[in-house]
Amino acid sequence: MQPSIPTNKTAIWQELEAIPDPEIPVVSIVDLGMIRAVECQDQRIIIHLSPTYNGCPALEVIQMQIRATLEQSFHRSVEVKLALDPPWTTDWITPSGREKLRNYGIAPPQPRKAPSGWRDETANVSCPHCGSSATGLVSAYGSTPCKALYRCNDCLEPFDYFKCH
Amino acid sequence: MTSTWQPLDHFLLMRGDDCLVLGHRLSEWCGHGPVLEQDMALTNIALDLIGQARLYYQYAGARLGQTEDQLAYLRTERNYFNAWLVEQPNGDFAHTIVRQFYYDWYENALLEVLEGSADEHLAAIAAKSRKEARYHRQFSSEWVIRLGDGTEESHQRMQVALNRLLPYVRELFENQPRHQMLIADGILSDVNGLWEGTEKEMKAVITEATLSFPVAAALPARGRDGLHTEHLGYLLTELQYMQRTYPGLTW
Repeated sequence: MQPSIPTNKTAIWQELEAIPDPEIPVVSIVDLGMIRAVECQDQRIIIHLSPTYNGCPALEVIQMQIRATLEQSFHRSVEVKLALDPPWTTDWITPSGREKLRNYGIAPPQPRKAPSGWRDETANVSCPHCGSSATGLVSAYGSTPCKALYRCNDCLEPFDYFKCH
Repeated sequence: MTSTWQPLDHFLLMRGDDCLVLGHRLSEWCGHGPVLEQDMALTNIALDLIGQARLYYQYAGARLGQTEDQLAYLRTERNYFNAWLVEQPNGDFAHTIVRQFYYDWYENALLEVLEGSADEHLAAIAAKSRKEARYHRQFSSEWVIRLGDGTEESHQRMQVALNRLLPYVRELFENQPRHQMLIADGILSDVNGLWEGTEKEMKAVITEATLSFPVAAALPARGRDGLHTEHLGYLLTELQYMQRTYPGLTW
């Protein structure tokens, strides 16, 4: 007989908190605000996952990791449903997620502003290495779709900025 | 096969095809961008567009009982409904930027109204895609200004590209007879009505770039009916090669 495994939402959330983002492994998918809801049924666990960028190749890896992790821990079938509405926003990244990003060398996103016109102002970003605010945008697109490339004019280090979304 | 397609299926495929074909074109810049940062920018935009295409194909596929891969890899060019603009070759960097500029302004205007669609899933796709489309539009508009108001040569190349590609733009803003019911049901809106405002905003950017908005007649483009310029066939040959050669191949 299979040992009974306690399945409650808190336990599921704990497991999810240990799943890293494949591209930025210092933050978890919970830190990023990607988990919108956890449903727990008798034989099934349903996870509602909000994709970040549409074409982000990390999404499929994340879905696979969620299924593998939860199936192994709880011996139940796991379904990952994509929740498009409301669309994911960087405002959902948790305060501790932001701190982890900064310590990793990625400037965390600023709060989203209501857009006006086609031209958004260049975000005034502090350098995650030395804290200087004398930084400049190098390119609106960086190493992944979610990041822009900046340079610090004081310590001269280049760094990634997690764009507002 | 096509006879079973409803107007909404056609619209979803049309949107997915615009995104996939333009995304594929941009991906051709991978490793060839003028500088590393712009190479990465173009390929990141390609990735966003291919991601958007997947959302439309997944939705259409669920309605048609097909997978997104079948829709992308196994339709022939006569069953592709993208506009002529997005299948045009990359040309020089000016042509790529201008093609993107015209497309981005169209897409932003369209997504803004689709966000209010009576079809909830379509509205969700639009709301999600619009955030990315805004970044794309800023990228291409800033390049139009930088190159137009740049050197004599960059200015001249940009003007050539604006003139050459404008005749393709009106197709994007044409209402399709087969979409009349969608408009009546509030699923889609009158895209022809988006032209005036969009043209005005594009003109403002082009003027800021010290370039002139071209005066040109629209081409009798019929991409929405599956009739294409010679370029799409070559593009699909490359895009579909693996599935055509090894049917059912998976990673």
